[in-house]
Amino acid sequence: MTRLTLDKIAKSYGTVEALRDIDLAIEPGEFVVFVGPSGCGKSTLLRVIAGLEEITAGDLNFDGTRVNDLTPAQRGIAMVFQSYALYPHMSVYENMAFGLKLAKTARETVREKVEAAAEMLQLSELLDRLPRQLSGGQRQRVAIGRAIVRDPRVFLFDEPLSNLDAALRVQTRIEIAALHERMAETTMIYVTHDQVEAMTLADRIVVLRDGRVEQVGAPMELYDRPANTFVAQFIGSPAMNLAPARPGPDGLTIPGCAPVPLAASGEGLRLGVRPEALRLAEPGEPVFNEGPATLVEKLGETQLVYFEPEGAETPLIAKLPGALPARRGEVFRLAVDPADLRLFGADGKAMEATPLPQPA
Amino acid sequence: MTAMKLLKRAAFWALVAGIVLFSVFPFYYAILTSLETGSGIFTVSYWPDALDLGNYASVMNEGEFPRNFLNSVGVAVAVVIVSLCLAVTAAYALSRVPFRGRGLLLLTVLSVSMFPQIAVLAGLFEMVRYFGLYNTLGSLILSYMIFTLPFTVWVLTTFMRDMPVELEEAAIVDGATPLQIVVKVFLPLLWPALVTTGLLAFIQAWNEFLFALTFVASNDTRTVPVAIALLSGSSGKEVPWGEIMAASVIVTLPLVALVLVFQRRIVAGLTAGGVKG
Ligand SMILES: Nc1ncnc2c1ncn2[C@@H]1O[C@H](COP(=O)(O)OP(=O)(O)O)[C@@H](O)[C@H]1O
Ligand SMILES: [Mg+2]
Repeated sequence: MTRLTLDKIAKSYGTVEALRDIDLAIEPGEFVVFVGPSGCGKSTLLRVIAGLEEITAGDLNFDGTRVNDLTPAQRGIAMVFQSYALYPHMSVYENMAFGLKLAKTARETVREKVEAAAEMLQLSELLDRLPRQLSGGQRQRVAIGRAIVRDPRVFLFDEPLSNLDAALRVQTRIEIAALHERMAETTMIYVTHDQVEAMTLADRIVVLRDGRVEQVGAPMELYDRPANTFVAQFIGSPAMNLAPARPGPDGLTIPGCAPVPLAASGEGLRLGVRPEALRLAEPGEPVFNEGPATLVEKLGETQLVYFEPEGAETPLIAKLPGALPARRGEVFRLAVDPADLRLFGADGKAMEATPLPQPA
Repeated sequence: MTAMKLLKRAAFWALVAGIVLFSVFPFYYAILTSLETGSGIFTVSYWPDALDLGNYASVMNEGEFPRNFLNSVGVAVAVVIVSLCLAVTAAYALSRVPFRGRGLLLLTVLSVSMFPQIAVLAGLFEMVRYFGLYNTLGSLILSYMIFTLPFTVWVLTTFMRDMPVELEEAAIVDGATPLQIVVKVFLPLLWPALVTTGLLAFIQAWNEFLFALTFVASNDTRTVPVAIALLSGSSGKEVPWGEIMAASVIVTLPLVALVLVFQRRIVAGLTAGGVKG
């Protein structure tokens, strides 16, 4: 049950500023996912929390105690590395027991803990094997086991699934979720560049870009109410459609589409609409966009249909039911619920859009 | 077609035989000579006429040779142990701890080995005298570091640099101190490199002549290479080739034994650049 607070944390490597002004509070027992594009500083932030990187400025607190100058072991963290980093010359048992032995734990206790962890991770049969005699998934579990046996206050994962193949990745993702249930008391922080992993695992997601926090929130909160265009486009697949919007007497207009009844004012506005919010217009319903499909991608239960409205810089993508017999060149009439539209200001920040007052 | 093949194969084996003969003959001739006595030595023959171990007996029983042999063992073992201890710790610092002037330091270490022994002899002699080590085995242990350390440090630094950083970080997270990381994580993975460099250091220390001749003056602190060179016959005028060869064969045996024992490790050390998880 450890509460983490990050207070104006900054990290630079010489002149490279990897992290700037990170303010964050992580609640006890929470599963927090750091997500962002490659190079945004996720790993650096995790390593700063772990104690593997020195903090350039700011305070890191565990339960209100400043831990900036403590070693990883003193902080009581455990970490699962991307490459697993198992000790190649030690058996599975020795790999898991290494930390406990260094801490001078009694032999019996070490055995009990390692065996319990092995039981939980289905490694009991493999305790005498060397890492090179294990499959990728088994190595991954040993790496997790090595972290579990130390009863960490904070459990850290750095892209633990990126070395696994697709099928194993889904399975391991579920196992990690189950692990979090079982270790409900332990605070967990997980780094990934994959927004699906972030959405499925997290209690709360921290979206990072260029060493800054863009938004913190529950997965659906980020999906429903992105704080800015970056988060809007990063969360969700395919990304949210964004187009420059002009206010007018009939509401907001984006190039090549009909105005939507939203009131807003200002320059450089942008309107966002998720592909899954676009649907085929019912007869009599106001049409948002009408035009020929320029590309159709069948995904099975859904399909992505691309449109190029006149004057638009990027294609408009609609996610439509897979059963629809859509073909390239076919003309579609799309409608959208104004409540599903998101408005962003010139600075990229989300703005409140109010419905246009209906003429009485 | 088959004749051509046969010819090729014959040429290949002839070449192999030539190379083997070329590299083994001097050693074979030494063994041959060591088994002959008296005037038999001066008649050239390529097959042993008689198995006479008299030379071996006289080398082992007369004079200080057994003592010299033990001196050599002591010096070479000490040089290997001290070199490896210093080199492993230095290699950790040079490969893993970022500090200013690291590259320059590495180059300096290497450049030490560029000077010919004779160039540093006078300076080393002053140092040996200053430390009060003249005419002791300590002087040899100290001076041999000058050529064993540069390459042990370099080889081990290269090996350690290839160790995955995450391995070290995992150990740090597990609560290991730098010394524990070196001893419990790196050393077991460095075995092949340690054996290879250790053996090379041993051979160098074992065969060294110039320093051994200069820093040690009395018979009972001499090492084998010098002792052999100073072996003199009964009359003082004749060179005791038989005994010299017997002594040479004796000092070569430990090296042959070591190489055979560690054969596999050496090959692994020479080929494997790093460690895969
Ligand atoms: N040891 C280092 N030295 C210099 N720059 C670094 C170092 N580690 C990371 N960086 C820089 O910090 C930024 C963030 O890196 P990282 O945290 O690894 O990104 P990611 O989000 O992909 O994990 C990158 O621009 C990277 O180049
Ligand atoms: Mg990373």
